[in-house]
Amino acid sequence: MKRTVSVLIAGVLLLVGAAAASAAEPIKIGLNLEMTGAVAAYGQQGYEGIQVLQKMMKLEALGRPVEFVLVDNKSDRVESANAAQRLIQRDRVVAIIGPMISGSMLAAGPVAEQANVPIIGPSTTNPLTTQGRQYVFRACFIDPFQGQIAARFAYEQLGVRRAALLVDVAQDYAVGLGNFFAREFTKLGGQVVATQYLKTGDQDFSAQLTGIRAANPELLYMPNYYTEIALAAVQARRLGLNVPILAGDGADAPELIQIGGSAVEGLMHTGFYHEKAFTNPLARKYVETFRQVTGKDPNAFGALTADSVLIVLDAIERAGSAEPAAIARAMRETNNLEVTTGSVTIQGGDAIKPVVIRKLVNGQWQYLATVNP
Amino acid sequence: MTADVVVQQLLNGISLGGLYSLLAIGYTMVYGILRLINFAHGDVFMVGAYTAFYLVGIFRLPWWIAAPGAALFTALVGVTIDRAAYRPLRNEPRISALITAVGVSFFIENLGLVMLGGRPKGMPVPGVMARAYSVGPFRIPGVTLWVPVLTVALVLLLLVLVYRTRIGTAMRALSRDIETTRLMGVDVDRVISYTFALGSALAAAGGIMWSFQFPQVNPLMGIYPGWKAFTAAVVGGIGNIVGAMIGGFLIGIVEIMTVGLLPHLSGYRDAFVFGLLIFFLLVRPTGILGEPLKEKV
Repeated sequence: MKRTVSVLIAGVLLLVGAAAASAAEPIKIGLNLEMTGAVAAYGQQGYEGIQVLQKMMKLEALGRPVEFVLVDNKSDRVESANAAQRLIQRDRVVAIIGPMISGSMLAAGPVAEQANVPIIGPSTTNPLTTQGRQYVFRACFIDPFQGQIAARFAYEQLGVRRAALLVDVAQDYAVGLGNFFAREFTKLGGQVVATQYLKTGDQDFSAQLTGIRAANPELLYMPNYYTEIALAAVQARRLGLNVPILAGDGADAPELIQIGGSAVEGLMHTGFYHEKAFTNPLARKYVETFRQVTGKDPNAFGALTADSVLIVLDAIERAGSAEPAAIARAMRETNNLEVTTGSVTIQGGDAIKPVVIRKLVNGQWQYLATVNP
Repeated sequence: MTADVVVQQLLNGISLGGLYSLLAIGYTMVYGILRLINFAHGDVFMVGAYTAFYLVGIFRLPWWIAAPGAALFTALVGVTIDRAAYRPLRNEPRISALITAVGVSFFIENLGLVMLGGRPKGMPVPGVMARAYSVGPFRIPGVTLWVPVLTVALVLLLLVLVYRTRIGTAMRALSRDIETTRLMGVDVDRVISYTFALGSALAAAGGIMWSFQFPQVNPLMGIYPGWKAFTAAVVGGIGNIVGAMIGGFLIGIVEIMTVGLLPHLSGYRDAFVFGLLIFFLLVRPTGILGEPLKEKV
């Protein structure tokens, strides 16, 4: 019985191998995405972005088609590192896209670095992910820049002098962003009157918010991910803490509005994207295709993941090779490449990108400003 | 911390604790009768919340139909779990049933992920629950007001059922000695089914109230509340209904006070709660209201 099975499997493998050899061999790109777990919205939106890109243009490089291999990292660090390992060793991919969040990239990045395979995080904003690495990239800005812009926006545009922070200690992204905001806000002359902490997956924040309310702030800064922001907003309003809320790019997901309801009305956040912020032809075509295919408004995570694919494919073309090390070298020299979020230049593994500020008005994201680096 | 803040934190703790209590009672009932820790209880809680979510969100039922409907459905799920997973192991060593319970828990969680998707959904909250009342300097959200009331009412109802009805008498007999009870002509399986149905309906009530307090549902939402409620049941004295209620409130208040008094350690709130569990297991393993363990002869 066992033997029959192994013979069968061998036969199937032979057939598959033969079929692949006859066509132009596809270039395999790994997708290490959050399809479930705490930030599933990002992974799923990212995957959607790639699907839209596939509908929009023929994805190929060096005349070879592109094949994606998807692994769900469950929004978990360990799973992300395992996924990278699996994609490199078992699936033999030439580059990896994802994970979407910094904490997971800090786990998966070293795995790819060690194997000399390029890995690019569409939205991994924590500066540590690419520091000292040759094979780890990002398609977005870094948090020191985002935090600085948020602090200036709060101090100068909103006229806030007393800010309170509620920070997710389980996320490198949130801790980093909170620190950069606090540093800049204090430097400008503002005061951080309370700093409270939560942990991803916690649902009750009444104790923290009671403490914050007692400090009497003018603004609540929550550099966390959408579920925690939404739940905290609901509880803040119930506790009578009615100050404006400012968040980072982690607020960007439909769940924020779905869970937060009227509590997140008026929320502002710094982020990557608003369809009105980018007007080059590729960006416009992406918005159009996205609407046609999904019937929804495009989002940052889909666009940045699509951009990551474009960055990798461009690098393969310029390198003239689908060899991982050659791709990584070419990626480091990406210069003014036209992508769905304007254009992108890579410096030291980081993308140089503007910050977009949005505000939720009547359940719709309103475009407030674009701040260039 | 001023007196105002302390009182507000106490209110927050009671509110969270009431939710743990509702869940802890289910653990305690099943344990009291079968000596089985039903690790799938937290996932049954999730099923209850989701059922209510769909009944309201898709079938547009009013809450006074949706909530009992969800409780009924969840009770059926609980009975099914017992039939499929625990009943075949009734005469096996206790550890087999315990391992199976962990398996059932993983099964429900992953089935949920596949069927319902990994992304959380926003729970519609009825106005009475969403509203918050101002009393002097304090804010009392509707849920905070209703959850403890509901918990105490359900516990009283349960006590009447256990001490004043035939099925309750049978349950108590079972908790003493299943085999002898069976010999007395009691339909043991039916009584156990009742127990699972009741425990699961309570879990559903907890799940629905939980998603009013924290207005979202996701397939893994039952894991942490489940563990906390298990802790509450142990701290209160597992097997004891009033103990579970007290344990739930205690855990909720301890958790909130930890965060309130030591804001820098709020990331460790779960560690404090589970530390309390370890403390009780070491110092008073039978919990606050538990009776000393006696070896059955």
